[in-house]
Amino acid sequence: MASGKAVDAVYNIKPPPAATKLRELYYQAHFIHSHAAHFYALAAPDFVVGPDAPAAERNILGLIGKVGLEVGKEVIRQRAISQDIQIIIGGRATHPVWNLPGGVAKALTKEEREKVRPMVVEQLGFAEFGLKLFADVVMGNKAYVDLIIGDGYELVTNYMGLVDDQNKVNFFDGKVRVVDTEGNELFKYTEPEYMEYIAEHVEPYTYLKFPYLKKMGWDGFKEGKGTSIYQAAPLARLNAAEGMATPKAQAEFEKMYETLGGKPSHKLLAAHWARLIEIVYSAERMIELVEDDEILDPNVRVMPSTTPSEGVGIIEAPRGTLTHHYWTDENGIVTKANLIVGTTNNNAPISMAVKKAAQTFIKKGGEVTDGLLNMVEMAFRLFDPCFSCATHSLPGQMPLTVEIKNKDGETIETVSR
Amino acid sequence: MKLKVGIYWGAACGGCDVAILDTHEKLLDIAAKMDIYLWPIALDFKYDDVKKMEDGYLDAAIYSGAIRNSENEEIAILLRKKSKVMIALGACAHLGGIPGLANFYTRDEMLKRIYIDSESTINEEGVIPLESWNVKEGELDLPRFYNTVKTLDQVVDVEYYIPGCPPVPLQIYSALSLIWDDMLPPVGSVIGAGDKALCESCPRVKEEKTISEFKRIQQVLPDPEKCFLEQGLVCLGAATRSGCGARCIKSGVPCRGCYGPLDDVPDLGIKMLSAIASVLEPKEEKEIDDVLDTIVDPLRTFHRFSMPASILRRKKE
Repeated sequence: MASGKAVDAVYNIKPPPAATKLRELYYQAHFIHSHAAHFYALAAPDFVVGPDAPAAERNILGLIGKVGLEVGKEVIRQRAISQDIQIIIGGRATHPVWNLPGGVAKALTKEEREKVRPMVVEQLGFAEFGLKLFADVVMGNKAYVDLIIGDGYELVTNYMGLVDDQNKVNFFDGKVRVVDTEGNELFKYTEPEYMEYIAEHVEPYTYLKFPYLKKMGWDGFKEGKGTSIYQAAPLARLNAAEGMATPKAQAEFEKMYETLGGKPSHKLLAAHWARLIEIVYSAERMIELVEDDEILDPNVRVMPSTTPSEGVGIIEAPRGTLTHHYWTDENGIVTKANLIVGTTNNNAPISMAVKKAAQTFIKKGGEVTDGLLNMVEMAFRLFDPCFSCATHSLPGQMPLTVEIKNKDGETIETVSR
Repeated sequence: MKLKVGIYWGAACGGCDVAILDTHEKLLDIAAKMDIYLWPIALDFKYDDVKKMEDGYLDAAIYSGAIRNSENEEIAILLRKKSKVMIALGACAHLGGIPGLANFYTRDEMLKRIYIDSESTINEEGVIPLESWNVKEGELDLPRFYNTVKTLDQVVDVEYYIPGCPPVPLQIYSALSLIWDDMLPPVGSVIGAGDKALCESCPRVKEEKTISEFKRIQQVLPDPEKCFLEQGLVCLGAATRSGCGARCIKSGVPCRGCYGPLDDVPDLGIKMLSAIASVLEPKEEKEIDDVLDTIVDPLRTFHRFSMPASILRRKKE
């Protein structure tokens, strides 16, 4: 979707309203699929099966073992609905080629809309189920609440997210809003302005760059007031906004911040809660879009009339703000591109969060168990379970090695996973 | 007895893993038939768990993604050793895929572009990631970023290929069922796909029309019932294996060739050129050239998913 918007900008064209609505409907369904996979398959096992359960059980199948096959089947069925909505609208759930410069390749028919109508209602029920599961299983367990509000998973940074003109969370369109560690607006920028606000730093030990707030300058891996480090992911998006644009998501937004003790919240594990609230928003927004009659308008594409040159497209990817910037020749062939993808935004925060979790949970003289190392990985998993999404083709596995050194710097124990 | 399987991704976007998840309720069926011993996106096993296995311990390894760095290659070699059958899943492992388009550049050009020249990067000291870096806590290693992206079978022997970007989920399921039903075809076969060109099952109407100019899709509103190629839009359906269900064509976009060439066709691009020649209006060489010149960026259009597997393989250095 970011590339679709960037290409519209390259050709300097605005898609017809129905095309924009179809893209957004597709994208909200995509968000639910992605968030559901992230929460249920990749994060929930840590909570439901337990952070120190054996690795062989700490997965989606172990989760199904714990919550029961019926719930497992329902999660699978609902994720299938999200994928099927995308297939009905855009032909495929992954790599939707129907998104074209100036619109989309296919309008929505009346029959297709009738098919999608009950599906989006079901998705809202599923979204609400997720919040109930979180309330019962996670917030109903004191040990987990302590983990969430404790210091081990806390990081004080700035926050970024796309917002509409009322400063409400928007995944698809609007301006990028950045707030400081206390929640004050630092700036708000439009797509072509991104380079004035974001810069990337390079370290020699990783292929992934470290984005930061350009106006403050790179000042290393420091948290707290005045830092140039920002986060961009579900909790960051909610922190960077003043609310949700739909009623049920808004009510849950208020409840979350009340429970966490105010906004912004620096409690990293609350990202999972924020993720579930975003599923509610996506489902509510899908219902609005499906009920909007304009979505059936057969006019879904405009032809470019200018020579293509350069354009920027920004959306919220499930795991953070996604920026695509293309330069093309007169035939519209890309000659140069610059991308800042979702998880890359969070590279510095992830590094800092992992360090902090390790320092909090690995105690002097204590045994370093597999479960403890998993708790360090949880600091990582709350941002992105699959780091190769951010490096695009670089390591897909997490070779976590903890070396425990004594005060003289000698390694006394090495634990690898 | 349950099959023992490892699933891995090399240079990939994760879309093939999503396609496995998209078998939906059949996932439970897969879990009943197979014990999965490695699956980085979904399960919490590590490389060491695989290294400890006896050679040939796994019944099958399913590898998606191309070979772009030394880690991709090392794990391919490890899984090959530990598995009786190696399966390339998806266009990247099969043909090189989208990451294979990097073969139009060199390693140095890419590193310079990404870490030094990119417009949002501030890197006055010209730092480029290193394979080995010493910090006070010890040495940090990175996989080597290769100059050329390769297909899986350019680094290890591969028994079967499941094509597509990503493969159609139900096709993955039917390919996997060949393993547990013990119905695998001869080694080297493409499974989970058809054996004819996509054109033959295309829902659009062909009228034996000839064309005098090619256009790109953003320049025309194509007739939704008629053959794309006959409307002057490059559609690779004539040279591409069927099995996708014409999912792109049905959503209004020409075939881009992700299912790869048919059996006994070494190069999708060459096959496609001959298909295109058959719809050209002019018969004189000069005029033919003029029409072919209207295809913008032909190499990347024909080899969008198959540059590393093509006879060209990469841009000459």
